[in-house]
Amino acid sequence: MASKNETKITAEKGKQELFIEREFDAPRELVFRAFSEPEFLLQWMGPSDMDMRIDKLDNRSGGSYRFVHSLRNGGGEFGFNGAIHEVAAPERVIRTFEFEGLPERGHVSLEFLTLSELPGDRTRLSIQSIFKSVDDRDGLLQSGMETGLNDGFRKLDDLLAK
Amino acid sequence: MRRDVFQAIADPTRRAILTLIALQAMTPNALAEHFDTSRQAVSKHIKILTECQLVSQEQQGREIYYHFNPQKMKEVADWLAPFQKMWEERFDRLDNILEILKTEKNGQ
Repeated sequence: MASKNETKITAEKGKQELFIEREFDAPRELVFRAFSEPEFLLQWMGPSDMDMRIDKLDNRSGGSYRFVHSLRNGGGEFGFNGAIHEVAAPERVIRTFEFEGLPERGHVSLEFLTLSELPGDRTRLSIQSIFKSVDDRDGLLQSGMETGLNDGFRKLDDLLAK
Repeated sequence: MRRDVFQAIADPTRRAILTLIALQAMTPNALAEHFDTSRQAVSKHIKILTECQLVSQEQQGREIYYHFNPQKMKEVADWLAPFQKMWEERFDRLDNILEILKTEKNGQ
């Protein structure tokens, strides 16, 4: 079922942070479950052309995680991991994120995930990511993700609406 | 001063100006009416937007009209596009899972 909810991404040039916002037509507790339970994460989080596996997911304050994506054609795999600073179900997760495929370690970002209840059993997800440097952030934005881009008007609206 | 499109959209008033003229070309007076700030402040924002080519001016009779240049704005959209696409795909899949979860819940 196609959704009419738009994904709003804001990344102002020259800043170390990045915002992602999206609404869902489901109550907050369900969205939180889909974000924290392995069986659901596996179904939506990995890129569509890759398999995803969860090496570790200790989903509580002071816990940690490690996810691995692998290319179906055997073309390699890459992992990312982080420490979970706080889990306040069903409204907030604070955690770090580090992509393991970089030549050097230490390019960690800090993520704040917030779920707010909206009228009509709907939920708004806000993600704020703060990076070590502007280059780290811009690197992530332009990392090997497929460059399938169509006309930019929808994204333009998202940017302008911020 | 060197201006670029990213600097231009970093300011909320300038984003609001772009939203307004994206819908239709506007005169400086018509534009200024939408803001509480002084007319000079609005003019200054327009000047910055013009310098980085997000906005162009067109003389029509005695009036100047400001136009939006979507081509320039596309630089920003292109920069974010791959990342945006990844998240949109993820969230669409998440929508489907939430539908299933909702159905399960109602069935109980």
